Amino acid sequence: MQLNVNGQNHQIDADPEMPLLWALRDLLNIKGPKFGCGVAACGACTVLLDGMPVRSCSLPVADAAGEITTIEGIALDGTLHRVQRAWIEHNVPQCGYCQSGQILAAVALLEETPQPTDQDIDFAMTNLCRCGTYPRIKAAIKTAAGMES
Amino acid sequence: MARKKRSIVGKIVRRTFLGLGAAAVGGVAFGVWAVRRDPENPLVADQGESVFNPYIKISQDGTITVITPRAEMGQGIQTTLAAMVAEELDVAPSDLTIAHGPPAAAYYNSAMLEEGAFPPHFDRSFAAEAQRGLMGSMGKILGLQATGGSSSTIDGFNKMREAGATARAALKSAAAARWGVNADTLQTANGTVTNPVSDQSLTYGELAMDAATAEVGEPELRPRSDWKILGRSQPRAEIAEKVTGAPIYGIDVELPDMLYGTVAISPRFGAQPLSADIDAARNVRGVIDVVEVNTQTGNGYGIIADNTWAAFEGARALNAEWGPATYPANDNAITGALTAAIQGEANHALMDKGDIDAGLADPQGTLVEAEYSVPYLAHATMEPMNATAQLADGHLTIWAGTQAPGIVQSRCAAFAGVEKENTTVNTVMLGGGFGRRGEVDFPLYATALAMHTAGRPIKVTWTREEDTQHDVYRPAALGRFRAVVPANGPATTVEMKIASPSIMASVVGRTYPDLPMGGPDKSITDGAYNQPVMVENHRVSAHLADLAIPVGFWRSVGNSYNGFFHEGFMDEMAAASGLDPLTFRLAMMGNDERLAPARACLEKVAQMSNYAAPRPTGKGRGIAHVLSFGSWVAMVVEVDTTDDIHIEKVWIAADPGTVLDPRNFRDQLMSGAIFGFSQAMGQQINFEDGRVVQENFWDYPMMTMGQAPQFEIEILQNAETMGGAGEIGTPPAAPALAAAIFDATGQRLRHMPFTREVSFQQV
Repeated sequence: MQLNVNGQNHQIDADPEMPLLWALRDLLNIKGPKFGCGVAACGACTVLLDGMPVRSCSLPVADAAGEITTIEGIALDGTLHRVQRAWIEHNVPQCGYCQSGQILAAVALLEETPQPTDQDIDFAMTNLCRCGTYPRIKAAIKTAAGMES
Repeated sequence: MARKKRSIVGKIVRRTFLGLGAAAVGGVAFGVWAVRRDPENPLVADQGESVFNPYIKISQDGTITVITPRAEMGQGIQTTLAAMVAEELDVAPSDLTIAHGPPAAAYYNSAMLEEGAFPPHFDRSFAAEAQRGLMGSMGKILGLQATGGSSSTIDGFNKMREAGATARAALKSAAAARWGVNADTLQTANGTVTNPVSDQSLTYGELAMDAATAEVGEPELRPRSDWKILGRSQPRAEIAEKVTGAPIYGIDVELPDMLYGTVAISPRFGAQPLSADIDAARNVRGVIDVVEVNTQTGNGYGIIADNTWAAFEGARALNAEWGPATYPANDNAITGALTAAIQGEANHALMDKGDIDAGLADPQGTLVEAEYSVPYLAHATMEPMNATAQLADGHLTIWAGTQAPGIVQSRCAAFAGVEKENTTVNTVMLGGGFGRRGEVDFPLYATALAMHTAGRPIKVTWTREEDTQHDVYRPAALGRFRAVVPANGPATTVEMKIASPSIMASVVGRTYPDLPMGGPDKSITDGAYNQPVMVENHRVSAHLADLAIPVGFWRSVGNSYNGFFHEGFMDEMAAASGLDPLTFRLAMMGNDERLAPARACLEKVAQMSNYAAPRPTGKGRGIAHVLSFGSWVAMVVEVDTTDDIHIEKVWIAADPGTVLDPRNFRDQLMSGAIFGFSQAMGQQINFEDGRVVQENFWDYPMMTMGQAPQFEIEILQNAETMGGAGEIGTPPAAPALAAAIFDATGQRLRHMPFTREVSFQQV
């Protein structure tokens, strides 16, 4: 089986039912996507598949045809993505465990809706954060969008 | 020593040590010498570096390593502890290399144990301070390295600054010797010692080797007015890693030749497996072995595989049957045990003043009665429990995100039959802790599996379902309250009976089994008996419920429910008095000067939120104040109830005495409040047939982005002593929310979660 992750092709030998998350983490040692729930409820495992946010814990690796982008793949030539920079500016993370998924969900939101309203953010950002960093995530998304926050 | 004085101290000692439980044995046996003796420095200098003290090493290449021996679980403690060193060492915080360091007695936590003293925080009498001092010294004697009780900043405040000041003095002394001048004439800045007269300078790296042997005196700490780093918001030290998905958590550990595993432990606590389809599990692609796991924290199976998902599938294929529960096995039976406890004799009353019976027998005012309850709760850290272990050549190595590395070391070593000296614990980042990661079960299971892998390392990851159903839960609790409230005045009689199982007994029995337990467990009534109120007849009693379900420390511990009990009942008393909730609270404080920070916080938050202003239809505002972990926190919650309830805005005024990092302090308040709202809105752990009903986030919900309110926060610094930050936002959240809903709808919520009776907006 072949996976295209962050612009690189990888040959893997896996049970086709294995969730993409575990293929990334355990077979390819790409640790950015995190395991939180295994049932697509929390979004810690979010990756982009052809630009769309997907919950990799519930996507069989056999169905992961397309270009996969993980948190490791959004910085370009050593420059952090504007969403990552906004995350730093607002000191968003606490424990940080959900933030790979949060950042990728935000990247996808801004691709789709460059100037999101509060409601757009509420609807798109369904990733869970146990530390309660939501207010700062919202502010950072607006900063990344070039909006006042 | 005069006989009389001795007997007073002796009484305090006995009471204190028994109350602590964990420290009970050692207490009387250790003398003053043990308190004065400093534990051994665990750091060993590598080639080309110098160790200055247990917290600082400097190498010739200029690398300055600071050991921040408290677990970084999101509270920002590494940043703040490093800032303390930076302040005194004259180095930019960003130039420090920060590490958790090894487990060691040198990293004992005194402040956490001081918090266990019984007197209310505002009681600074000689006896109260003596009790705190004794408790704190137990932390040192036991060498207890733990992160909890919102104590890390308080505990580190002097230790870390002294470490920085001592190192700086040594570096100056080394430079002075090289240049043949008096050290007092030298200056330090940006990791460099300078002689302003000759304009010579040397970097700390260049001086490191000489400085290690320099003799320095007692360091003098800089006054607050000279601070350049402390008191100012710092960027989170590990923020770059956390926005780039760097492999920093326990679950990210990857080692050569590593295996992957999981566990299936009996969901009936303490029960043994009756049957399991071992062959089916072994036949799952990728599963290498299935082994039995028998530990003090649980019995069941370990699955060893070549990837984590295969291990999960193997565990599922086991289809195991488990033995029966030995405790009340469902919610009704649990409620029955709590009811029986509250109807029985009190086990202790840490507040017992005046004459309750007389006050209630002839009430001069309205008699107010209410019953409150809360369910069991899980921690639900985002990162499920996991640890990695390797047992090779008689050496055990553990990688774990742990709040208690010393306990992990001793317990895992004993389990594996390895000497503690041959056991290494690597503390990695924690994807949330909240008290859960002070337990030993997850590293213990990793150790158990590592005993079957012929020397290969194995990472053992729990499924979310395993995590939810094998927690050490915040206990269920039941409260029955009575008060006598005259019209337009404060209550003259308040009785609070609170029934709950003992967290201390559960933790000590499970995690510190060698230490006996005895005496009052403060956590049962913590947040109820020690609040800023002055009542003529006042009794807050604890009623121990016999429930052998494992319980543990959950963000703000007893305060997580007693804040709700105390402040919820406060509002009911206010209604009986005819005063509004704010005025009534102020009246309940009397004129006691020690309670000034509470008054200031309440008045500030009322002003910020325009609390007294009329509410539009459907909207409500609720107020609460809880003093916990030495910090005073007042909160106003505003809800819109025109449709399903939405929490729109939250105002907080908090006083922790001294704030070292204002932005992080605010972030912690928001975090704690959201944790408290999650609890209040929809979280509960139920029991059926001796096992936890809930499985995952879909049936154990937390607050979402769309539900999260806006926050406005003011920090006050009136209090004389430094308080905590990590847990203090949680206790007032539930009662302020309940009060806001009552304000809008007239419906009084006395039982968590509130979704039992009302609906909250879903996005």
